[in-house]
Amino acid sequence: MLQVARLNAWYGASHVLQDIGLDVKQGEIVCLIGRNGAGKTTTLKSIMGLVKTGGSTIFKGKEILSEPAHTRFALGLAYVPEERRIVQGLSVRENLRLGLVASPAKKNEAALIDEIADIFPRLAERLDQEAVTMSGGEQQMLAIARAMIAKPDLIMLDEPSEGIMPVLVDEMFELFRKMKTQGTTILLVEQNVELALAIADRAYVLDQGSVVHHATAAALLADDEIKERYCSV
Amino acid sequence: MPGLSFDLIAMQLFTGLALGAIYVLFAIGLSLIFGMLTVVNFAHGAFYMVGAYVGLFLISLGGNFWLCLVAVPLIVGISGMIVERFLIRPLYGRGIDYPLLLTFGLSYIMVELIRIGFGTSGYPFDTPDLLQGAVNIGIGYFPLYRLFVIGAAAVVLLGLWLFLERTSFGLIIRAGARDPQIVRVLGVDVARVWLYVFGIGTAIAGLAGLLAAPLQGVIPEMGANILAEAFVVTVVGGMGSIGGAVIAGLLVGVVISMTSLFAPEMAKVSIFALMAIVLLIRPQGFFGRAGLMS
Ligand SMILES: Nc1ncnc2c1ncn2[C@@H]1O[C@H](COP(=O)(O)OP(=O)(O)O)[C@@H](O)[C@H]1O
Ligand SMILES: [Mg+2]
Repeated sequence: MLQVARLNAWYGASHVLQDIGLDVKQGEIVCLIGRNGAGKTTTLKSIMGLVKTGGSTIFKGKEILSEPAHTRFALGLAYVPEERRIVQGLSVRENLRLGLVASPAKKNEAALIDEIADIFPRLAERLDQEAVTMSGGEQQMLAIARAMIAKPDLIMLDEPSEGIMPVLVDEMFELFRKMKTQGTTILLVEQNVELALAIADRAYVLDQGSVVHHATAAALLADDEIKERYCSV
Repeated sequence: MPGLSFDLIAMQLFTGLALGAIYVLFAIGLSLIFGMLTVVNFAHGAFYMVGAYVGLFLISLGGNFWLCLVAVPLIVGISGMIVERFLIRPLYGRGIDYPLLLTFGLSYIMVELIRIGFGTSGYPFDTPDLLQGAVNIGIGYFPLYRLFVIGAAAVVLLGLWLFLERTSFGLIIRAGARDPQIVRVLGVDVARVWLYVFGIGTAIAGLAGLLAAPLQGVIPEMGANILAEAFVVTVVGGMGSIGGAVIAGLLVGVVISMTSLFAPEMAKVSIFALMAIVLLIRPQGFFGRAGLMS
């Protein structure tokens, strides 16, 4: 589904990612872990086309490195940024509609909103409420719902559990598991390593802008040394 | 004061609303552009002036005012889109001062081109036949054309409101003004949205210029003149706020027309006094977000 090779990224003159290589297969949950500043967010942004990059990013067999973010979305790539980015002044329903404005699925808007409301009962109760008045966890759910509503092939999530009540985190990870069984591929960045590895198939460990380790989730879960070395904050 | 009846004051209030309606149209375009593109469009007055001249030109070719109401915003809006696409777009991401200086310079060029094409002195602009005369509005006879200006502004505002609140494109504009990055990752080509928003803003400025023409005549400097009032409207209403532009536009129109009734020489100064008072009480304006420029 996604093959990233020799990916380099820059913020202005500072060279943040060095020759990142990773791939994500159809139907997998792949996890990116590493301590703060390792380059996880930048990797997701690079795949979405939001930072200056060099190298190769192949999505569904197509080289997308020179494509802008909106074209990548049209190809089936979705991204939920680290900061929740729930738009002020819009209702929950409008935020969901925003997930469809650029999608050919827009004509089924009402049906798709009903469908997503079934998956997210918390949002269903609040469709006409101003979105920023919801709790942090609910806003995060909304950001995920908004990215999912147009049915992307691959969804990238940047620290979805950050700052959220544990009960909602469990609900959220249960949802990821369900999304996977329904065929959505997920690239997940998480600080909550144990939790993330429990649902992931494979994981890449990043440090100082490079991939330093790659293993199945089960192997990594058992590998205390790697976890200790690269993931403790 | 002798001769100052309640009716006279009420009439002057209406005159102020008509004047304010022009400011509102001018300022909502300015606000829309700033809110979405963070471009302070100093050429907005020039587009307003060009709107009046395009109307003048079309009428000299045998067109009528009603045709102008459609053609002027279209022509001015398309010129605005050309300016955004080829002059402003290369400056995005370089800070707010680049487009500001560019549009400032552009306004001089536009005014000079109009002077070359139409001469430096102004022209009168006939009130369309159907809108001549006055109607009784209960408190006295009020010029029909001014009533029309108020109505036209109301129709444009209603249309713009419906467009922003009810259409997908409007949703993109409202969201994009707050967070361009999120609409981008949701698949929106933001550059195209900016192009249309600049077009819509300048089209409304052109329409405002056309509507103002029968009231004030047409001169190359008319855009520079209204920029001062628009500045006050924007500061009072809050930068980037459309609701603020509406309320402040009407308020400024009314303050100008009321002061010209009581102390004509104070009319221009009065709005700056209004601005100073608002700034003291609420530095971000009625509806502005604090710290927008910081
Ligand atoms: N906008 C930016 N400008 C310059 N440097 C940045 C920017 N964002 C992140 N960085 C730097 O890039 C590196 C990687 O950051 P990031 O991808 O956010 O890491 P992570 O998500 O793993 O915590 C860090 O050293 C960080 O300081
Ligand atoms: Mg991060």
